Amino acid sequence: MPIKLKEICNQEDKIASGHRACHGCPETIIVRQVLHTITAMGKPVIAACPTGCLEVCTSPYPQTAWRVPWIHNAFENASSTLAAAWSTYKHFVKLGKMEDRDIKFVIFGGDGATYDIGLQFISGVIERGQHILYVCLNNEAYMNTGIQRSGATPLGAWTTTTPVGKVLPGKTEHRKDIVGMFVANGIPYAAQAAPHAWRDLMTKVQKAVSIEGPSYIDVIAPCPRGWRFPMDQTIYMSRLAVDTCMWPLYEVENGKYRITTRPLEKKPVIEYLKAQGRFGHLLLPENKHIADELQRKVDQDWEELQRRAK
Amino acid sequence: MRLKSWKELETGVVILEPGNSVLYRTGTWRTFRPVIDMEKCTHCMFCWLYCPDGSILVKDSKVIGIDYEHCKGCGICAYECPKKVITMIEEVKARTEEAK
Ligand SMILES: Cc1ncc(C[n+]2csc(CCOP(=O)(O)OP(=O)(O)O)c2C)c(N)n1
Ligand code: SF4
Ligand code: SF4
Ligand code: SF4
Ligand SMILES: [Mg+2]
Repeated sequence: MPIKLKEICNQEDKIASGHRACHGCPETIIVRQVLHTITAMGKPVIAACPTGCLEVCTSPYPQTAWRVPWIHNAFENASSTLAAAWSTYKHFVKLGKMEDRDIKFVIFGGDGATYDIGLQFISGVIERGQHILYVCLNNEAYMNTGIQRSGATPLGAWTTTTPVGKVLPGKTEHRKDIVGMFVANGIPYAAQAAPHAWRDLMTKVQKAVSIEGPSYIDVIAPCPRGWRFPMDQTIYMSRLAVDTCMWPLYEVENGKYRITTRPLEKKPVIEYLKAQGRFGHLLLPENKHIADELQRKVDQDWEELQRRAK
Repeated sequence: MRLKSWKELETGVVILEPGNSVLYRTGTWRTFRPVIDMEKCTHCMFCWLYCPDGSILVKDSKVIGIDYEHCKGCGICAYECPKKVITMIEEVKARTEEAK
């Protein structure tokens, strides 16, 4: 069933105001969209977070912003923790100790927790085929500890551990293709999404929680603080990421790739770079080759994606 | 708010009041305040959808105002409003006006 804004806007927010995320934070926008979707489906949610901005900002003890049962565990093992909760729930249902309410188990993890530190535990959930949705809030760096580079940081980006100066021109490596890794891992459903494309995102969430088995949605999370752009442009930056094909919107169902939303007109990557302070140095003549390399990679990946999606 | 002593804490330091973060007024973080021209609002709900702080107040599918107790003044609602009917005004000025 397609989600209608006019309907879901009457639902209670499952993540309350008063959380401590920065002005214009993308993470809570995304979490609101995900939880409103599952609520509209009439399903209860149990959520977990590894360490990161979202966890810290929503659980300043003795307060919580969560209106669904929620647990935090260490950086690496939120997925193992929720997998245990899911298995216990299934077992209790089998024993007749709990009724089967078709509870949806959802993890919200940062890119550091997902691409790097928690990777082996997520792949364990996929291998065991547990019915859990993993949502990556991908702001492309370890933001909560002060903008360190991660496996999701794009080439050329400034971070505090890939500084810009005489020695380094920002990050010297491309980001990981984590969706590709999970597809190789045999995941039944994986996708890339973006918060400005809310209908696309919500449809993906509906699909992801409806299949029996693990699912993964990687959501681009433009972070004003870490990417260095004005705090009212979070959604604009998400749109630009998709329009330049820096962040294509696609899904992979049982190994079959499909592009879900295409940019009306593919914009040059330089427009995306110009809009963010973390890429400011790439506009200098001596760094032009890095901007060119980013464009080359984006074009190559877009070609490859279209080939796979045929 | 008085903090509990360690003897009063729940086992496993569980928090038993869902959404009690509303007790914290993030509205005090604001330097600019969004103001909606209600006459011109079409109730498309984009401001509600994109607000990171759930601060657009809605009743029966209609926008009815802004929760200034929690709105941080990021300006996303104003930036994204397709009708451009949200204006960001200086908080200090708004408060000075209110105090008059
Ligand atoms: C094992 C471990 N290493 C390091 C840390 C410190 N730490 C806490 S949050 C964080 C950054 C989280 O980055 P990410 O997962 O991308 O989430 P974000 O804050 O960007 O949303 C780090 C490095 C930790 N808590 N545990
Ligand atoms: S650093 Fe970025 S992701 Fe973290 S709370 Fe601030 S805006 Fe949100
Ligand atoms: S985005 Fe603008 S027109 Fe749409 S509901 Fe909000 S204020 Fe009204
Ligand atoms: S200024 Fe930001 S926090 Fe305030 S209502 Fe608009 S989007 Fe929400
Ligand atoms: Mg991050």
